[in-house]
Amino acid sequence: MIRSEILKEIAPIIRDHLVVCNIGLPSQELHMIDDQPTNFYMLGTMGLSSSIGFGLALAQDKPVISIDGDGSVLTNLGTLPTIANNATGNYTLLIIDNGSYGSTGDQPTYAGQKTSLTAVARACGCDNVIEVQDKDLGPVLQSAIDSDEMTIIVCKCDSGNIKLPVITMDPVVIKDRFMKAVAS
Amino acid sequence: MNIDKKIADDLVANDISFVTTVPCKQLAGVIEEVEKRDDIFHIPSNKEDEGMGLCAGAHMAGKRPAIIMQNTAIGVTINTLATLIQYYRMPLPMLISYRGELREPVACQVEMAVHTKALLAQLNIPTYHFHWQKDVEEFDNILKYTFMCNKPVAILTDANFWGGYGDQ
Repeated sequence: MIRSEILKEIAPIIRDHLVVCNIGLPSQELHMIDDQPTNFYMLGTMGLSSSIGFGLALAQDKPVISIDGDGSVLTNLGTLPTIANNATGNYTLLIIDNGSYGSTGDQPTYAGQKTSLTAVARACGCDNVIEVQDKDLGPVLQSAIDSDEMTIIVCKCDSGNIKLPVITMDPVVIKDRFMKAVAS
Repeated sequence: MNIDKKIADDLVANDISFVTTVPCKQLAGVIEEVEKRDDIFHIPSNKEDEGMGLCAGAHMAGKRPAIIMQNTAIGVTINTLATLIQYYRMPLPMLISYRGELREPVACQVEMAVHTKALLAQLNIPTYHFHWQKDVEEFDNILKYTFMCNKPVAILTDANFWGGYGDQ
């Protein structure tokens, strides 16, 4: 499965939850598949989906899912120790690991070679790290959201992109409707 | 006057309850003071752009955040300031140790000091410079200003403000 197929499959699971979605194609795909006010789309700032979602989870009680990519996590690896050492049960980090920088032309990442993000997350002190194959993600994600324990999911999948338009929604509109959803 | 306590008091008085820090020798006292306060959730960051991401999340949760860091961080965070904090119109007080200014003992720190105000000006970030201890009296007003205008605001605090480096 490629990332857009995964997002299509998990859309019903994440629909009613706060989602912080990674820059570029992941946000564009989620926006096209199932736009929700509970989705915060990153229009820039590669690497910070995990940190933004984690800050959100620490500062309020609702479940938060950060959708990240292997390339973006590699950009901001330093956040994994921060997440591990300040764990909060309402946070799920979903790393869609297709071994490539999808939004920039599918250049290979080191996560698709010798580096295991699962092992990195564990070494950083994350207690509950699950590596899962794409087709098995749904139930794992659902139980992570339902659980009181913070979960890092590394979902291994194929690289590949679909053609779709950029998000033209104004960033302040994205933020405003998201904050209203957080507060509701 | 204990400026560490005054800064932490002003943070609490302005309902700032989420503070992330990247350490600096000059900031050690204020970081310790922030850590002590029950009204503030203090989370150390490994890098300043990560810290701004955490603050962005806390802001969207309805909390008032702040970041405490060195001026070298301006070089690290320009993209985050432009494409996250400014683009989405997020308030962010940045209490910054202004290394490389008067009474600085480490020459390399001057190399970023000479760019600091120019970079902040290029980003149209309101910038204040605390040089004398009495300058801290403006801190409360600066915090109110930050949350009034929903912008990142820089408070540069140099070695003279913190009382120098002693006998280093």
